[in-house]
Amino acid sequence: MTGAPQDGCALECRGVTYRLPSGATLLSRLNLKVAQGETLVLLGRSGSGKTTTLKLINRLLEPNEGEIFVSGRSTTDWDPIQLRRGIGYVIQDAGLFPHWSVERNVALVPRLERWPEDRIRGRVKEMLELVGLPPAEFAMRRPSELSGGQRQRVGVARALAADPPILLMDEPFGALDPVSRTELQREFRALASRLGKSIVFVTHDVREAIFLGSRIALLAEGRLIGEYAPDEFLRSTEPEARAFAASYHLEREEEKMR
Amino acid sequence: MNWYDFLLRNRAEVLQRTAEHIGLVAAAMAIALIIGLPLGVALVGRRTLQRWVLGAANVVQTIPSLALFGFLIPVPWIGGVGASTAIVALALYALLPILRNTATGIEEVDAAVIESARGMGMTPQQVLWQVELPLASPVLLAGIRVATVLCIGVTTIAAAIGAGGLGVFIFRGVSMVNNQVILAGAIPAALLAILADAALGILQWKMAKR
Repeated sequence: MTGAPQDGCALECRGVTYRLPSGATLLSRLNLKVAQGETLVLLGRSGSGKTTTLKLINRLLEPNEGEIFVSGRSTTDWDPIQLRRGIGYVIQDAGLFPHWSVERNVALVPRLERWPEDRIRGRVKEMLELVGLPPAEFAMRRPSELSGGQRQRVGVARALAADPPILLMDEPFGALDPVSRTELQREFRALASRLGKSIVFVTHDVREAIFLGSRIALLAEGRLIGEYAPDEFLRSTEPEARAFAASYHLEREEEKMR
Repeated sequence: MNWYDFLLRNRAEVLQRTAEHIGLVAAAMAIALIIGLPLGVALVGRRTLQRWVLGAANVVQTIPSLALFGFLIPVPWIGGVGASTAIVALALYALLPILRNTATGIEEVDAAVIESARGMGMTPQQVLWQVELPLASPVLLAGIRVATVLCIGVTTIAAAIGAGGLGVFIFRGVSMVNNQVILAGAIPAALLAILADAALGILQWKMAKR
């Protein structure tokens, strides 16, 4: 095994294999690089290993083979708690704590990191404004008093609160209605280019992948099929890519018919 | 003379027996909680252990209470006639609802919430205390409520092994064939159970609302 990756690379997977204790291989010899400030989209069907990849990056799972480098250090050399606090994590349905207010949810990581209270308060306000939720109106609400789209915004605010250089997003907009989804995708793209975070974004939605990705990594059955620039993805001749391209064109057709 | 005249005339002893009764229940519940809560947490996600421990607690619960008191009397250290034997038996009874509700209450917490808690960098301790226990608290409290009411009931039988409590009146009344004496024990015991159930019910409702 050679040393840590070069500068300019926020994240690297090298020959990563993950098997369940039962022996099923969920991910096999995955190689990936995420450059500083880019959004890498992991695209694939259910069970292709996208979510597993994210969980290996923040060490909710540990690889059976291979290594993952975060900020130049192998994840197994990191203290997992410190590693995770430096990586924003947004999942489908946001995973907000239902017994905490929006304010407390967003303040989670800064509080864990023992920031001074006044700095936390300022940061929470800033984050809520960033995701388009006026703090005066939303800070004291419970997650149950928010719409799905608003909950997802709080999820993004929470992930960004401690200003982590890396963001992992697991189908964050997957459970939203089409209108809110499009709205959040637009805002998120603007936010991502402004903040310069390195983002790994998991989706099974081709349009979302093309719209948000700096690059698209296509996964199938735990293997990396290929990496594409968004504008070349639809022209790929690779069968799995063509399957996704077909679903993209079909959706466009249906839209025209309406 | 009706039963409440009797009760008034003997209020000193009624109060003393009620205090004994509450004392027995409180001591038993304290022991059951001290053992049951941590053990219940330890059972989370451990299928085999959970089956064995809950199975054992279930067996204890099926033993008739008088028989359980009887079983414990010859046991050294805890045994003998009196309050300590009764407290051990009551604690054993209270254990099952506490164990079961602690384990299932935590297991029922939304997996996405736990995953994001861990993914954001909370330590296992922080996940337990700040996320799992607060979210499981209504279910947990339901277990404590069931256990408490059960304990108040079974404690009336503890008088049979000399532990005191309101059961003393009941057993005395039965042997004297005197209904007033029986009711002097039965009515306060029933009231105690209803009050505890209502109070814990309100607390549970408030927790669930939060």
